[in-house]
Amino acid sequence: MLQLSIFLENAKGRLAQVLNILAELGVNIRALSLADTKDYGVLRIIVEDAEKVASELKERNCVVKLTPVWVLKVADATGGLADVLNKLVDQGVIVEYMYAFVEKANEQAQVVLRVRDEEIMKIAMEKLGL
Amino acid sequence: MSHEELLKGLRKTVEQVLKAPYYKKKLADVGIDYPQDIRSLDDFWKIPLTEKEDLRQNYPFGLFAEPMERIVRVHASSGTTGKPTVVGYTRDDIQLWAKIVANGLRRIGVTSNDVVQVAYGYGLFTGGMGLHYGCEELGALAIPISGGNTQRQLMIMRDFGSTVLCCTPSYALYLAESLEEAGISRDELKLRVGIFGAEPWTDQMREEIESRLGIRAVDIYGLSEIMGPGVSMECLKGEGLHIDEHFYPEILDKEGNPVPEGTVGELVLTSLDKKGFPVLRYRTKDLTSISYGQCVCGHHGWTMKRVSARVDDMLIIRGVNVFPSQVEEAILSVGGIEPHYLIIVDREGTLDTLEVLVEVNTDSFTDEIRQLEQLQESLEVKIEDILGLSVKVRLVEPKSITRSEGKAKRVIDKRQEKLL
Repeated sequence: MLQLSIFLENAKGRLAQVLNILAELGVNIRALSLADTKDYGVLRIIVEDAEKVASELKERNCVVKLTPVWVLKVADATGGLADVLNKLVDQGVIVEYMYAFVEKANEQAQVVLRVRDEEIMKIAMEKLGL
Repeated sequence: MSHEELLKGLRKTVEQVLKAPYYKKKLADVGIDYPQDIRSLDDFWKIPLTEKEDLRQNYPFGLFAEPMERIVRVHASSGTTGKPTVVGYTRDDIQLWAKIVANGLRRIGVTSNDVVQVAYGYGLFTGGMGLHYGCEELGALAIPISGGNTQRQLMIMRDFGSTVLCCTPSYALYLAESLEEAGISRDELKLRVGIFGAEPWTDQMREEIESRLGIRAVDIYGLSEIMGPGVSMECLKGEGLHIDEHFYPEILDKEGNPVPEGTVGELVLTSLDKKGFPVLRYRTKDLTSISYGQCVCGHHGWTMKRVSARVDDMLIIRGVNVFPSQVEEAILSVGGIEPHYLIIVDREGTLDTLEVLVEVNTDSFTDEIRQLEQLQESLEVKIEDILGLSVKVRLVEPKSITRSEGKAKRVIDKRQEKLL
């Protein structure tokens, strides 16, 4: 799955501006995470048709990148995430960052994972049948 | 030009400036009352330097050496502080200027078949009209579009089939960027060469312009006090700007002493055949070096290096001399970054601080903070390497640094505000 990453300057109201643009474009944000430093931030979102949204944002002078990520369903129960992660770590997967969201329809927790090596992750996923 | 011819030219200028009372007194003070008093270059070097301040004191027409009825045009340089400096031209001066510019154009292969988009400002600034008259003298078609109105520039560039573009280098980059945004492809344009000047730029910027616009970029130099654009200009060999034979250059150090050939210092110019506004030993405030020789393009005489900086542009930060062009060089050497930057100098307590805003683009942006931090850090290391000063780099969004349609604004010095 492709995640949309947007560079955000640390300026008052900039995040709201970008979210307004997304609303104008009729984009529904399914999951979101914001990484921030003192001077700038990176907004990471999961949306429908990320490639189309990316090019529309570029037209509006946003710095955008499409990043491959993995979305995993995990049991919404104690230890659910730990369980899945342990298995992945055993397979040599290194996680760069992750964030979670809950799907309303079936009350299931999902996590977005960005891993260092896509190939290792692919093999691990197949092996574990995830 | 032989030594005798040079002395003859210098005497001619001395004769001409003596018509202005201000110069007459200034020269009398060093024992020069008649042109014949210039017997050697040593006599010439006794003449005090002329500064912009001399022009201001004689505002507006005090230094004109011909009666007003013979003056057919004035130009003026923008006075950011105080009154502008005004220069006057006789009909002969205008013709001479046109010939000089035409010569420069000819050296880079411009002919009567060319279509020249003159995107320098027309008006009191010499850029637009200087290039324009040169084109007409040569027989090329000049489009007097002047500066600004970028969308119209692009439309005319494509529809009129412009082959030559004249503007500031920073505006050339802005046009390149705007072309990409407007979705105009290189194949739709006939552009072949660009003549850029009026602000200091670097070799990296030249490469950037050449690759993005797919043209050859040459440097042109001039200032209204001396004449206007064309005082010197590069040929396609690109090894420096050939100084036209109607000007005599000197390079002086900070104390006003001549430096050996090839050493960087302040360029000082004397006109040799100007009538309306002759100048003796005018301090340009531009830093460069000169050498004498013969070029394959046919030019024989003095050649100057690209102006690396202006004496005025120099910032003194924590006692270190800093030129914006050095920062640009550092940014471009990191790669993947566009040369849009803004230098902010401030003072915290008694310590000067240096911050450089750099625009992130799609190429340099990565999703991972760690890599962005690495980019920021490598920019800091590079700038620190070149300047010998610690610096804080801040990554900002594209287009957040104001684009100029004329000379780029690269520096904000907040220390001055604090002094008020």
